[in-house]
Amino acid sequence: MVILILGATSAIARSVAEQYAGAGHPIVLGARDIEAAEAVAADIQIRFEVDTWAKQFDALDTESHADFVADIEAEAGAIDVVLLAFGDMGDQEESERDFAQAKRVIDINYTGAASLAEAVASRMSERGEGSIIGISSVAGDRGRKSNYFYGSAKGAFSLYLQGLRNRLSEHGVHVMTAKLGFVDTRMTFGMETPIPIASPDAVGKAIMRAQQAGVEVLYYPHFWRGVMGIIKAIPEKVFKRLSI
Amino acid sequence: MGSTAWAKKTLQGWGRFPRVETECARPERRTELLRAFQERGAAPVLAYGLGRSYGDAPLLREGRQILTSRLNRMLAFDPETGWLRCEAGVSLVDIIDVFLPRGFFPPVVPGTQFVTVGGALCNNIHGKNHHLEGCWGDHVRRVEVLLGSGEIVFCDAQTNPELFWATTGGLGLTGIILSMEVQLYPVANASIEMETVRVNNLDEFFEVSKESADYSHTVSWIDCVQSGPTMGRGIFMRGGHARQGVDAGSSVMDELAGFAQKHVDGRLFESNLLLNKATIRAFNEAYFHKTPAGVQKVVSDYMPFFFPLDAVQNWNYAYGSRGFLQYQMVVPEREACREILEIVSKSGMASFLAIIKEFGEQTHGGLSFPEPGVTLALDFPNFGAPLLEMLDRLDEIVVDVGGRIYLGKDARLSRENFRKMYPEWEKWKAVRDEWDPEQVFQSELGRRLGLVG
Repeated sequence: MVILILGATSAIARSVAEQYAGAGHPIVLGARDIEAAEAVAADIQIRFEVDTWAKQFDALDTESHADFVADIEAEAGAIDVVLLAFGDMGDQEESERDFAQAKRVIDINYTGAASLAEAVASRMSERGEGSIIGISSVAGDRGRKSNYFYGSAKGAFSLYLQGLRNRLSEHGVHVMTAKLGFVDTRMTFGMETPIPIASPDAVGKAIMRAQQAGVEVLYYPHFWRGVMGIIKAIPEKVFKRLSI
Repeated sequence: MGSTAWAKKTLQGWGRFPRVETECARPERRTELLRAFQERGAAPVLAYGLGRSYGDAPLLREGRQILTSRLNRMLAFDPETGWLRCEAGVSLVDIIDVFLPRGFFPPVVPGTQFVTVGGALCNNIHGKNHHLEGCWGDHVRRVEVLLGSGEIVFCDAQTNPELFWATTGGLGLTGIILSMEVQLYPVANASIEMETVRVNNLDEFFEVSKESADYSHTVSWIDCVQSGPTMGRGIFMRGGHARQGVDAGSSVMDELAGFAQKHVDGRLFESNLLLNKATIRAFNEAYFHKTPAGVQKVVSDYMPFFFPLDAVQNWNYAYGSRGFLQYQMVVPEREACREILEIVSKSGMASFLAIIKEFGEQTHGGLSFPEPGVTLALDFPNFGAPLLEMLDRLDEIVVDVGGRIYLGKDARLSRENFRKMYPEWEKWKAVRDEWDPEQVFQSELGRRLGLVG
């Protein structure tokens, strides 16, 4: 089973890669920083003795995505699971001042993700099997003043995955939306969070388990489903006055 | 890509004394590390691994600390020769988990497997096999170092040999170690064949130690509450990796370790009252008598042999919020060791953990600790002034016989005594100053002992 992991240098992606490699699957790692991807690939190859590949991947270069996927399948074989783990939070204030920054956040988190997912989806639906995992965010469940560009892009990505799931379900392709709360990563380092932070290791395990069980929407840590349920239920009038 | 996230964090060594609040970054890949280094401003820098150095060697006030725990990729491994190239944040537990099932073990391990290879080189760690295998640095070739100038260089015995020499045991003060090549050694299985020998006093210890020189690993626990004719009684352990086909039975030790691992966390026992002379005396009494007299042959798992305390997570918290100090010294003369044990046992400040071993003939130079002689490691709850006074007194004895204390475990040695203990300090500092003229790399220990600035 070939596993393709994009945004492979993040702590979450690396942990997911380790889970699948630990189960003996070959791993293809795509990242913008090819040197870092190569280091992760070497690490996984040494630790788990599975075949690994490191490939340069740019979420913003949507033109290249179809060829990128075709090349991988030619080299490593049919992709059985793809994990879309890339993303960029950007800087909200910078995005408000400079729309080019906002667009970049939208394009990485949504346009690029949808483009790549589409390139894989067509192949998987032809074969009638496969699994697409998109890492979204609880930030996509409700717009907030502190990160609405990132949040809206992740929200759009969640909706996209929902539609894709709808389309691919009759073709035997599984689509999972992983909505993650606070994880101890580069993005949250140094942040004072009101809610405990999950370790990347725990997230990686939860993602593989959920994918294998055919889960459609994974909230992790699980209590985030309840938290977001409440946050989504707050009327707009009230929400505006809260600083959540 | 955003700029580096700096966060104020309280860092401490394993002894939890002292603690410092400092600005930290935790890069996840090389480019992030380099960016953090550039974005530190003019502040001095120190890398921080898993915090198993005891005192102030891993700490830096009013500076920037770079946490290396996520820079832990294994980059290349040759199963023919056992050479592993890896990033500095790779820990020994990682190496053992990955390679022990394939028949390889790190060349030298300290009393815990939760140390990074970067820390292992910075402290030039020694283990139970020092008398045959020397220190960590003796098994390393090619170290990649980020210098204060921002330049990245390689060093080994041929290329930039002075930098290699100063970095080995250099307490992180020559630069940030990015990666290294270390030789793993073949072992036949995961078990340890060992013998325990109960010794009734210090003289017996030296006798058994002498006749055990051919065993690859030796170490002893010592009851330091005793004085007079029973002073130095303890359990001498000798042995090494088992031969093929010899497997660990489920010894009581194994089971206890397994239980502790699952259920015990030192934080549960954080109390300034738990470890006092009475409880330590009771423990020592029980532990000594639990082991039958004479020589016992045991096959144990490698864990309780090498890393007995790793079974209890955060055991350092059992010393209470005041923290503790470890005093590890080496003296070339046995009488000095006797004198020190005498003072400790009379002081009323008991050490819960006391370990004694005779080092081999190798000396390593620079700021590396081991030299021929007997080494004693003692843990004391941080009793404050009376303890510090006693340790100063011990320093004088150590200095007088040409011994030294282990800097990776120190939090209080005076500059004057340090200079007497490490006669090569000037040579070391000259090399350091040449490679870091701007004094970019600093630490609390470095400032205290006059190694930086």
